[in-house]
Amino acid sequence: MEAFLLQLTACIATGGIYASVALAIVMIYQATHHVNFAQGEMATLSTFIALTMIQAGLPYWVAFAGTLVVSFVMGALVERLIMRPVQHAPILTHVGVYIGMLLIIGNLTGWVFGYTIQMFPSPFEGGGPMLGGLFSAHQLGSVAVTLAVLILVYLFFTKTSLGLAMRAAAYNPRSARLVGIRVDVMLALGWGLAAAIGSVAGMMVAPIVFLDPNMMLGILLYAFAGALLGGIDNPPGAVMGGFLVGVLENLAGAYIVGTDLKLTVALVIIIGVLVLKPSGLFGRVVFTRV
Amino acid sequence: MTISRRLLLASSAGALAAPNIAAAQETPGVTATEIHIGSTNALSGPVSSYSVISRCLEAMFKRLNDEGGVGGRRVKFTVYDDAYQPPRTLEQTRRLVERDRVAFLFNQLGTPTNSAVHRYVNQRSVPHLFLATGADKWANPREFPWTMGWQPSYRVEAQIYTKYVLEQRPNAKIALLYQNDDFGRDYLHGVQDVLKDRFRSMVVTATNEATDPTIDSQIVQLQATGADVLICGVVPRFAAQAIRRVHDIGWRPMMFMTNVSVSVGVVMQPAGVEKGVGLITSDYRKDQSDPAWAQDAGMNEWRDFMRRYVPDGDLGDNNYTYGYGVGTTMIQVLRQCGNDFSRENVMNQARNIKPMDVATLLPGIKVQTQPDNYNAIRQMQLQRWNGQSWERFGNVIEGAGS
Repeated sequence: MEAFLLQLTACIATGGIYASVALAIVMIYQATHHVNFAQGEMATLSTFIALTMIQAGLPYWVAFAGTLVVSFVMGALVERLIMRPVQHAPILTHVGVYIGMLLIIGNLTGWVFGYTIQMFPSPFEGGGPMLGGLFSAHQLGSVAVTLAVLILVYLFFTKTSLGLAMRAAAYNPRSARLVGIRVDVMLALGWGLAAAIGSVAGMMVAPIVFLDPNMMLGILLYAFAGALLGGIDNPPGAVMGGFLVGVLENLAGAYIVGTDLKLTVALVIIIGVLVLKPSGLFGRVVFTRV
Repeated sequence: MTISRRLLLASSAGALAAPNIAAAQETPGVTATEIHIGSTNALSGPVSSYSVISRCLEAMFKRLNDEGGVGGRRVKFTVYDDAYQPPRTLEQTRRLVERDRVAFLFNQLGTPTNSAVHRYVNQRSVPHLFLATGADKWANPREFPWTMGWQPSYRVEAQIYTKYVLEQRPNAKIALLYQNDDFGRDYLHGVQDVLKDRFRSMVVTATNEATDPTIDSQIVQLQATGADVLICGVVPRFAAQAIRRVHDIGWRPMMFMTNVSVSVGVVMQPAGVEKGVGLITSDYRKDQSDPAWAQDAGMNEWRDFMRRYVPDGDLGDNNYTYGYGVGTTMIQVLRQCGNDFSRENVMNQARNIKPMDVATLLPGIKVQTQPDNYNAIRQMQLQRWNGQSWERFGNVIEGAGS
């Protein structure tokens, strides 16, 4: 029983990682209607920037806030400088640009910060193991941060006019423009916010998996699966989806098929769900009227 | 670029001059005055820190030439950059073999990169010697007689850990965590080699993918089996995670870590130096930072070489002690060749090295080969983490060397 509990908490901790990154993916989807493959690399770069600030002697939360600002600016700049020129290009061009950014940002990070793994501090250390040693303080803290970000995002999109304007700009740019929404500003804001949320995910993940330029490469795949499972247009759904992928993958690996097939089983379950319910478990079905 | 072009011009000039020498037909890359050896290394890209191995080898051949060369000939050593990309390794290897017409290939870097040329060099019967990789597949004289590694393979390493476990805890229950690829499976095979029929009853395994974010689940799963020994064949990121996780859940197995993933700065410090106390790994080289070797004759020979031939080299970089060891082995093979540097004879000498001491290897560890055993180094000594550094203990242990 204790082994099962330990296994379950390991699942939830891993799921929390996927959930936080899935949230960033959903965020950019809400704001631009695209899935940004370079999201993970941008988050890793932000995390390295945070580490640099911390090593320079800044207190953790100052560095945290600083990283949010830098990441926001970075995201907005990417939109302005890279995405804007290809705004009306076919979707394949966008995919090409995303993959290009993934490679460029990833290699740039490695070139500047090196490829060896680094320890990243956690703001929640010092509490020691909690709940009978099942969770570390950082695992609980990072899950709390993910949930807090989720609530903020949810409130932002549903309760503020800016959030509404952003959603409008993403869903139907032409109509949004006709009612006076500055679509280009909204897009830049959306990219900035997504990059900032990505940086939070990066800073919460890094103490668990250690920081290196490829930190997000594997995580993004699972997070993407989580986002699809929960519903790509639904932030709470994506967080649930991320946790579900973590739990399914690890329990299947531990008790059903063995570790070498655990990823396969998780992905088969996800495909199964999507075949039966294409908009995800918690996604809204969108009808397009012609 | 200018250097390689110059080398290219020089070698094509050599090829033009070659028809005058009758033996040149049977012995590519060898003239009356020169032996041309080729290699590839990651001179650029993410693993370019290994490029110092090539610098070390160039300096060793320079020393050899200064001392009069070998068999009355000077050694010319050409290294091309493959950036650790297998397609480029193949391209550059073909350039070495077909255009530069080198005598043989020596110490090419990397497992995926050497895999890309494995078949090619064996089809063309070009000696492919003392590769800078720890994979087990290079010790397969029956299928790939022209390819040979040098350092102890991961498989030999796992054999050594398993032998030690059997000696210390004959009734151990062994948990094996390995990466689900060629690198990790070498550890699985090494444990199987030693345990044979007992493997099923004594060992539980779990694997991880290189893309997994964490291995927490695998560690918990292995702990739940009640194992009292844990052997890990994983890359540094997961090594640090495993050391920390095992400690945090209060599991206290006799724990072994692949010597790929025991660097103090890259693994032990990120994991937390106090969390790894008692961890066991292995080595075959003398650690130049260990005060025990401050006055060691072999290490003084190496330091003297560094001072004279690589004056700006970082004495703390153990790629130089590696390079010195593998270079010494190569030069021994060249000396054994006498006056016959044909590919057949080079390979024949490489597979018949009598047990020899090498300056930068631990006392008692010999370089040796036999026609049916290409594991040039098959012995290692264990070492244990004391919270600050690695401490060697016990005798040199020899792997089965299948």
